[in-house]
Amino acid sequence: MNTERIKNLAMNDNGFIFDPSSGYSYSANELGIYILRLLNEGQSKEAIIAAIATEYEATPDNISSDIDHYFLMLESLDLLEL
Amino acid sequence: MSSYPSLAAYDINIAVSGLKTGDNPQPGVPVIRSLKTAGFAGKSIALVYDSMESGIYVEDLVDAAFLLPYPSAGADAFLNRIDQILQIMRIDVIIPTLDAEIMQYIRLEKELQKRGIKTFLPSEECFLLRDKTKLASYFPPMGISVPDTLLVSDIDNIPSGGGDYEYPLMVKGRYYEAFKAYNAIEAQQYFHSIVERWGLPIIFQKMVSGEEYNIVIVGDGEGGMLGMVAQKKLVITDKGKGFGGVVVKNVALEDFARRTIDALKWRGACELEVMMDSNGNCHLIEINPRFPAWVRLAEGAGQNQPALTVLGALGEPLKSLPEAKTGTMFIRHAEDIIADISQMGNLTVQSQIIKR
Repeated sequence: MNTERIKNLAMNDNGFIFDPSSGYSYSANELGIYILRLLNEGQSKEAIIAAIATEYEATPDNISSDIDHYFLMLESLDLLEL
Repeated sequence: MSSYPSLAAYDINIAVSGLKTGDNPQPGVPVIRSLKTAGFAGKSIALVYDSMESGIYVEDLVDAAFLLPYPSAGADAFLNRIDQILQIMRIDVIIPTLDAEIMQYIRLEKELQKRGIKTFLPSEECFLLRDKTKLASYFPPMGISVPDTLLVSDIDNIPSGGGDYEYPLMVKGRYYEAFKAYNAIEAQQYFHSIVERWGLPIIFQKMVSGEEYNIVIVGDGEGGMLGMVAQKKLVITDKGKGFGGVVVKNVALEDFARRTIDALKWRGACELEVMMDSNGNCHLIEINPRFPAWVRLAEGAGQNQPALTVLGALGEPLKSLPEAKTGTMFIRHAEDIIADISQMGNLTVQSQIIKR
């Protein structure tokens, strides 16, 4: 998983995200930003799922498919290489 | 914000052209505003071609406005008019901002210098190399990609749609205007409309799909860049004009700009229009030989490029501007200017307005 593009993103706590290399901006909810910050730290998919499971009191099985979906969306935006 | 370049210590008058704003804004008003931000306190002089150039009437922007003959009237008419203006008001530096007049200023550089007027412009050879009609022949051999281009001077030679040039194609005038034609019939209509205003040849250019970026640059004339700010348009009008944009930092884009300016040895202000395809490859669409109307974004991002060109014109040693602050954005705002009609009357009848 290549997260170089995510490491360049400027994010604020309100959910606003700016990509300084393309000029595109995005918005994400609290959980979306939380995941991006974990990716930014270089966390693996499994570690992110575990972190969310702890933070939001959900089981990893419940989270996994949503994470896959989110990662695919980031890939389609050229922000993540899976 | 950096204090370089500062114009506060210079007792000079600066003339600027291109004062029209509105739906197709010219760069003169933002250039003057950037000069004032740099501490310029001398006289701001508008050199205009039309009494309806709205910047003339903006409060506290220009101290005087003078009508000029169109560049097509020739060098003698232009110099005669400049001599008349100099009897009324000293001009130390001129920043021309309109494509169609730049060549005249380049050719008359020495004549202007004799009159105490300085500019910071490229050589004539350099200027011609970036002409839309030359772009596709000069740059690709130097490793700078330009979309395939066909010059058409006869309507019978408009691409039919088969062969190498399939529609949609961009149809462009030599100086201004560009349309996307989806078939040969549309292309013929655009051909007539552009010829009427800007003459021949008409440029047919293959489309490159991708993201468009615009880069404002001040070149040192030796292949280096003294300032460079790249923007991604955020708001585009139905005429294709960027009315909002954000400063970006992209290594591929910067490298492309650096190589382009190195190949050209450009001196002074210019704007590159670049398409970046999905593989991250850059393609040069146009080089405009002057500041763009969005040049205040450069100043807002920490690079006062208009002020730097004034120092260049004055022959001061130049330093590179600091890196632009990414994420700085602009959004254009239209406003009604209120003035007494006698001001426009003075300009029409006397060819000048002296405000201060």
